[in-house]
Amino acid sequence: MEIVKESDTHKKLQDYFRKSREKAGASRKTFLTKILGNNNLGDIFFERLTLLFAVLVFLLIIFMGWEMYSHSILSIRKFGWGFITSTTWDPYSQVFGALPMIYGTLVSSFLGLIIAVPLGIGVAIFLAELAPSWLEKPLSFLTELLAGIPSVIYGLWGIFVLVPWLRDTVEPFLQNEFPNSFLFQGAPYGFGMLAAAIILSIMVLPIISSISRDILKSVPNSQREAAYALGATKWEVTKIILSYAKSGLLGAVILGLGRAIGETMAVTMVIGNRPQISTSLLDPGYTMASLIANEFTEAASELYLNSLIELALVLFVITIIINIFARLLVWSTERKWKLSPI
Amino acid sequence: MEIIEQVKTESVPKNIPMDLGHVKISVQDLSAFFGKTKVIKNVSIDIPEKKVLAIIGPSGCGKSTFLRSINRMHEVARGTITGKIIIDDEDVMKIDPVYLRRKIGMVFQKPNPFPTMSVFNNVVAGLKLNGFRNRKALKEIVEKTLKQAALWDEVKDMLNKSGAALSGGQQQRLCIARTIAVNPEVILMDEPASALDPISTAKIEELIFELKKDYTIVIVTHNMQQAARVSDYTAFFYMGELVEFNDTKKMFTAPSKKQTEDYITGRFG
Repeated sequence: MEIVKESDTHKKLQDYFRKSREKAGASRKTFLTKILGNNNLGDIFFERLTLLFAVLVFLLIIFMGWEMYSHSILSIRKFGWGFITSTTWDPYSQVFGALPMIYGTLVSSFLGLIIAVPLGIGVAIFLAELAPSWLEKPLSFLTELLAGIPSVIYGLWGIFVLVPWLRDTVEPFLQNEFPNSFLFQGAPYGFGMLAAAIILSIMVLPIISSISRDILKSVPNSQREAAYALGATKWEVTKIILSYAKSGLLGAVILGLGRAIGETMAVTMVIGNRPQISTSLLDPGYTMASLIANEFTEAASELYLNSLIELALVLFVITIIINIFARLLVWSTERKWKLSPI
Repeated sequence: MEIIEQVKTESVPKNIPMDLGHVKISVQDLSAFFGKTKVIKNVSIDIPEKKVLAIIGPSGCGKSTFLRSINRMHEVARGTITGKIIIDDEDVMKIDPVYLRRKIGMVFQKPNPFPTMSVFNNVVAGLKLNGFRNRKALKEIVEKTLKQAALWDEVKDMLNKSGAALSGGQQQRLCIARTIAVNPEVILMDEPASALDPISTAKIEELIFELKKDYTIVIVTHNMQQAARVSDYTAFFYMGELVEFNDTKKMFTAPSKKQTEDYITGRFG
């Protein structure tokens, strides 16, 4: 230690620190720092700047909501709550009801999730817990690659591969097997709710699986060791890990749901685009996002345009409600415990 | 450097002849690898039944890996071993690890209760894995094991709370209870008290003293006083080799190797 003290470098360092202390002392006396009550201007600037960004995001959301509201005032005045309870969407006679689109959006998203959640979490379990490391990296990369494919490509694949397959093989088979089921009535067009749900599940899968994988990987190894040391099999260890990670996994599912609800292009291409409510999965439907994208350029009258913007407002509000609900759900399952602080 | 030279040149046998009583586990020429790194080098040692064997040595000397290879936990970290570990005339590498680990329990350095399970379910976690579901019997076992782990009085009114709601020292005793609930024959402890305060440490040590009546215990520790207090035999590891294996009293009063003496008197390590 003595050697360091006497060395030249040490003296230089001491000099440097003394000077910077003096500098800080000098700046303390400036006018600005007196008002701000803190003597580090850089920190204050940094703090205010990031605060500004955070507030901007919030304002942006409020502003968007307000804009949509003010541009849809005609249809809000004319239809009132009837807009979201009526099932008629008829631009020709200027009657606009959004229920079929709300139904189509929610049902196609939930069906998509029903397919994607078990698959996605299954993939995540394999990648995080079971895969040998030489297989894990390329497979993770590939699943994440799925998320990067533009949705119009999924749509094209849907039109040229999925829809003909559903029309010629799957849907006739379902109708044969379950002739009386309300789920499989009507003509097997291929285009319809089933096709939309399948496309959505493929698009949502990489989100769910890659986030779930990260969450499973973040479960402390001590939990795995504890289970293995008790003589647990791989399946039993996985059950313990899943229960540890459940709130995070729920979050992953909700992010997937968000993606499914907002997805426009691929769904538009395969859902059939007919504003109707049908319990049959084979029948065409419509989603809010698809309808807005399809009809925006054709909106000839003010009321039509206002109705489209109100539809966007409904989609916006539904997304917010689902997110708030999801947040509450995650909080309620979030751990009320923490591991010992050591 | 002098010390390392000595390891290579010394030719005195590592196992001082001792009367160990009945040998529970016999380790023969064990080497362990992570990738190509050899972390344990040709270790042979006999572990006596219903005694406490302490393993001491500086960080990175392979003592934790040695402990883990006994119940094949090294496989979880993707390590490999050569040589033989025989428990009751059976080669551990030939036993299904699931059954082996039910016979050889393990307590870790950091308390790791299952936070999603209640105190009650933590204790019986291993039993439930075995398919044991009789509620009344489980209740009895919970009370008995928690008493054995000297935790019953502190937690009897909070059996339904999360296992993570307890203090660090209580969590560690809960983990010990969880380990002994499946009635193992051997308990491996990897620095079980190193994350705890002195009072909790004292409780764990008392517990070890009680447990050795029924179980064979192997404990890895950094704390020389702890090794001296709780163990019957002590093994000193250095750089992956077993330097000395001796009766604890002899080890700490008259070690037969210069290196052991240097380590336990705090001259290196």
